[in-house]
Amino acid sequence: MLKDITLGQYFPGNSVIHRMDPRTKLVGLIIYIVALFTATSWLSYGIMLAFLIVMVALSKIPVKALFKGMKPLIFILIFTGLLNLLFNGGETVLVAFWKITITLEGVIRAFFMVARILMLISATFLMTYTTSPIQLTDGLESLLSPLKKIRVPVHELAMMMCIALRFIPTLIEETDKIISAQKARGADFETGSVLKRVKALVPILVPLFISAFRRADELATAMECRCYQGGEGRTKMKLLRYRRRDYFAYLILLMLLSGVIVAASFGL
Amino acid sequence: MSAITAEKLAYTYPGVDDAPGVAVFEELDLSVEEGSFVAVLGSNGCGKSTLAKHFNSILLPSGGKVYVWGLDTSDEEKLIQIRKTVGMVFQNPDNQIVANVVEEDVAFAPENLGISSPVIRQRVDTALKLVDMYKYCNHAPHLLSGGQKQRVAIAGVIAMEPKCIVLDEPTAMLDPKGRAEVMETVKRLNREKGITVILITHHMDEAAQAQRVVVLDKGKVALDGTPREVFSQIEKLHSMGLAAPETVELCSKLNACGFDLPLDRLNAEECAQVLCETLKA
Repeated sequence: MLKDITLGQYFPGNSVIHRMDPRTKLVGLIIYIVALFTATSWLSYGIMLAFLIVMVALSKIPVKALFKGMKPLIFILIFTGLLNLLFNGGETVLVAFWKITITLEGVIRAFFMVARILMLISATFLMTYTTSPIQLTDGLESLLSPLKKIRVPVHELAMMMCIALRFIPTLIEETDKIISAQKARGADFETGSVLKRVKALVPILVPLFISAFRRADELATAMECRCYQGGEGRTKMKLLRYRRRDYFAYLILLMLLSGVIVAASFGL
Repeated sequence: MSAITAEKLAYTYPGVDDAPGVAVFEELDLSVEEGSFVAVLGSNGCGKSTLAKHFNSILLPSGGKVYVWGLDTSDEEKLIQIRKTVGMVFQNPDNQIVANVVEEDVAFAPENLGISSPVIRQRVDTALKLVDMYKYCNHAPHLLSGGQKQRVAIAGVIAMEPKCIVLDEPTAMLDPKGRAEVMETVKRLNREKGITVILITHHMDEAAQAQRVVVLDKGKVALDGTPREVFSQIEKLHSMGLAAPETVELCSKLNACGFDLPLDRLNAEECAQVLCETLKA
């Protein structure tokens, strides 16, 4: 049952977006989010949406997959929408009864807010869907490498992320096994009060932690056996290299950002 | 030339707090020839894995010396060179695989050694082809079978181009098919690439495929010789809590009933042949 969980899901593919350097995609996402928060008008939102649609089309990611990923966020969306709808001042009153007043400004504001969150999430999903976890960690390591000068352990962080991603399926499998073993001995995880159910998790977590520590110990020995000595003097099999499409992507992104800023400053 | 030599090796596991440590070896002498295929047997807790960990400086002797192609394992300057020469494969393949793509994992060791990227690519491809896993190079390791994972782990070691591989019960967690795959791979590496293989195992039939069998008992080398020599000393093996291959056990039991069969028939065919001849006569 736990096997259905997908984390950092990746859709293998060979589109332009897939082939782009992971650094471009990471920086691109940041630029897009910044632009999204500078956007204020129908025009700028329109540009942002059009850009997103073109990107999704280019990536050949099924639109269904994008919407599927949003399911767990519906509550947040509704909540944000309602808050903006109800607690925004404004002149043009549309509906007013009891203590609730809904204004035209509030409706527009709520609509923009929800649209903004939807676009932000879609853009993030688009990046994780088109970039394999290992590329993502490589990209992060490379982008953050200037921080090495102020002694931030960038390589170690990237390595930890990579190992964590590698062990998620293994540990999920292990949890499944422990749950089955405890159930076979009469453990009950499904009935009782919330407190009782939380308590029932302890016999799962203890063996899981013990085995995780043992695994970590063995993995460390195996890594030592394979001459691991930290990031210093380490090379990479797949080097990250900017190609023409990456420079082109940066150009478009900058144009997008400056376009939205200009539009915002003219109040469009 | 001898690949690995242990001279009067002593090792004591350090005790916790004031508890005294546990002595595993006191004076162990062992020498492994270059290019040979040696199986190490012994009951649980006799120090097989501890011995293996001395061969590439994971553990350092508390007395005596271990030499790897003439290099002293306690010499810290030579650490990387020693670990590059003697690769190690452990029991649980899940706990040895670092990356979440097969080829990235195989590239891990050469990346650590600071080799340039085209050479790494070449080594990874060669290693994966050697263990017959090339077609899985872009797979996620957790989706492979146990035998396949263990072969990926072997490829990860081969990519360092070691002269010797130490395998610590590599088949203990595998099903019969996986065991056969791994044994076939190990034998091929020994035969075709001339890599020295030290195989620690609990399976007598695997040990019977080696050129030499070393039996450890109470921190000492108890028996040492070709599989035929070692396994025919069935009483000694039993006294150490070990068994001989099934065919030898069968012949030995028949002998107890008054037959006179040789005890050095290690596979089913040889054994059947002897039985047929005896029955005819």
